[in-house]
Amino acid sequence: MTAILEVDALERRFDVSAPWLNRVIERKPRRTLRAVDGVDFTIERGQTLALVGESGCGKSTIARLVTGLHSPSGGSITFHGDRDRMQMIFQDPYASLNPRWRVGRIVAEPLRTLRPDTPDSMVSARVDELLRTVGLSPSDASKFPHEFSGGQRQRISIARALAGEPEFLVCDEPTSALDVSVQAQVLNLMKRLQREMGLSYLFISHDLSVVRHMADVIAVMYLGRIVEIQPTADLFANPLHPYTRLLLETIPDLEAPKRDRAPMGGEVPSPVSPPSGCSFHPRCPLAFDRCKAERPLRRAEVHDRRVACFACEEKAHV
Amino acid sequence: MSDIVLDVRNLRVDFPTRRGILTAVDDVSLTIRKGEILGMVGESGAGKSMTGMAILGLLEPPGRIAAGSIHLSGDRIDQLSDREMQDVRGRRIGAIFQDPLTSLNPLFRVGDQLVETIRLHTDLTRAQARERAKALMREVGIPAVEERIDNYPHQFSGGMRQRIVIALALCAEPELIVADEPTTALDVSIQAQITALLKRLCRERGTAVMLVTHDMGVIAETADRVAVMYAGRLAEVGRVEDVVQRPRHPYTVGLMGSIPSLRSDAEELQMIPGAMPRLDAIPPGCAFNPRCAHAGPKCRQDVPRIDGPGAACWLAMEGATA
Ligand SMILES: Nc1ncnc2c1ncn2[C@@H]1O[C@H](COP(=O)(O)OP(=O)(O)OP(=O)(O)O)[C@@H](O)[C@H]1O
Ligand SMILES: Nc1ncnc2c1ncn2[C@@H]1O[C@H](COP(=O)(O)OP(=O)(O)OP(=O)(O)O)[C@@H](O)[C@H]1O
Ligand code: SF4
Ligand code: SF4
Ligand SMILES: [Mg+2]
Ligand SMILES: [Mg+2]
Repeated sequence: MTAILEVDALERRFDVSAPWLNRVIERKPRRTLRAVDGVDFTIERGQTLALVGESGCGKSTIARLVTGLHSPSGGSITFHGDRDRMQMIFQDPYASLNPRWRVGRIVAEPLRTLRPDTPDSMVSARVDELLRTVGLSPSDASKFPHEFSGGQRQRISIARALAGEPEFLVCDEPTSALDVSVQAQVLNLMKRLQREMGLSYLFISHDLSVVRHMADVIAVMYLGRIVEIQPTADLFANPLHPYTRLLLETIPDLEAPKRDRAPMGGEVPSPVSPPSGCSFHPRCPLAFDRCKAERPLRRAEVHDRRVACFACEEKAHV
Repeated sequence: MSDIVLDVRNLRVDFPTRRGILTAVDDVSLTIRKGEILGMVGESGAGKSMTGMAILGLLEPPGRIAAGSIHLSGDRIDQLSDREMQDVRGRRIGAIFQDPLTSLNPLFRVGDQLVETIRLHTDLTRAQARERAKALMREVGIPAVEERIDNYPHQFSGGMRQRIVIALALCAEPELIVADEPTTALDVSIQAQITALLKRLCRERGTAVMLVTHDMGVIAETADRVAVMYAGRLAEVGRVEDVVQRPRHPYTVGLMGSIPSLRSDAEELQMIPGAMPRLDAIPPGCAFNPRCAHAGPKCRQDVPRIDGPGAACWLAMEGATA
């Protein structure tokens, strides 16, 4: 296998200080938020890596760093493909389509950017073909985005992304705004396109059952860090990190509902002042002294760099 | 006395528009008993919130109840004046919405809001009401109540705010709670805490609950019975285990199949082709017929209806669609 994307020690900080004058008057210090705090992962060609984690853990920031919408504060991103053939699909199919453009023009745009010399007749033939690929009809090209349902708009976004002849797609919560029956249509389409065109995906979601269906490898994030990364089947069969286990616990199981569950307590802490050491320690049932003082890393001798946790480390040594 | 707390009969909610009348809720009949949680599911626009808002008397004009009746513990409430209904909402029905900030006043300390609500509905003194407020905050799981009671809403996290809204909804010991997507805006690990809390409190107090959500998983783990809505109508009503494991309406079957399973490794998810019709384009007969693989002539003519447990489907009701 060959890697298409390698991300190493990636960091992104945001300055979230109060305005200068307030800082001076109220004597407030400058504040920095570490949205992405030392993240490593590799995506193989033709595969899907998923980032999961709760709101604010840094998933979208990684998507924006990978696509170049943000610049890193540290670390590196190496893309072994053609930069012009990387496309992004956003969560909100309403906001990401220009409401004043007809669908045909929206879908054609990346094609015109990639190959400005293409004659109009070929562009429109290609647009028709793309609309058919995503299950819409060529006559939809003359309509405006507001004439479509949420699922149809997300298909327009996918058609637009495909127009750029992508080899790599960054999908940030592509189905979170959709109903489950519509989500199934979009996920099936994405899988079919991957099979047929050998696409690679960075797939972002907070929904573990969606991710289980889509991903080859899953990276679980907590407050800007990857706490666990494993092939999908292994993660579900043998979750290592206590936070991953908490997340797996929260997935409702329709076949065997946990009707008398006692959910784990605690709140997600503020990323501006994250807890010391392992940032999960205030909620962790296995936490011990070392967790407060030191930051756990993913190490080669502990489950082959799959988990960052001291409890797993101690167990791995006995 | 019967233990039916909420009895909705043939409810219809209309929106008169320039282009004609849109029916957002069409002939919906439901009951909820003391201590029972009824889940309402369905996709966006199916009419779940409108049903809840009609019960709460909070429909925004031009939306209005066009037919049917709503009884709360035997008292008819759909014809009350705004002032009378406001009183019913304060004392007898609690409401919890998706965004906790719609139920909390940002300018007042949460403790004062709880104390005010308690005093409105009891004759406790201010000091007694404050003790009661603290007890409620403890009950919904707010840590360090002595310190937090004088905080403002923005000083709490989303999950904590929703706990306070639940405490507020419980202040008056209501008979019924209408909770519309109470956990949708929260993190997944917090969602489970909130639904477990709501469930425990209602069980302990015998409160009837209408839990509106688009999340079948939440329903499966929380509700006793479930009502599935489609295009403003009831598609299927039944005990949760039955509807989840043995759905009978073709729409419910499709809905269940499209949820990615934790067990199956199928490459493809089941799909329902097409989309739910808009309110101005509901086909004659069964609203699901353009998407249904079993649709027959009868389905395109006659509307299948239920007013109790069952599936509103000619195939399920009569074994044929001819
Ligand atoms: N431009 C910005 N300025 C300041 N802070 C930011 C900025 N963008 C993101 N953040 C912060 O960085 C953190 C990570 O945000 P991000 O959007 O990456 O999270 P996420 O995992 O995508 O969450 P969600 O699931 O809610 O989409 C959050 O605390 C967020 O508030
Ligand atoms: N002011 C209005 N005028 C016309 N139609 C309206 C109005 N308000 C709501 N509707 C329609 O009523 C229908 C039912 O809406 P409702 O809010 O009950 O859906 P829902 O099932 O709660 O969906 P969601 O999951 O998106 O919250 C929708 O089709 C909506 O478009
Ligand atoms: S490092 Fe410590 S606190 Fe962090 S997850 Fe492991 S045991 Fe828990
Ligand atoms: S009534 Fe007919 S169209 Fe409607 S769900 Fe049943 S079989 Fe399908
Ligand atoms: Mg995001
Ligand atoms: Mg709603």
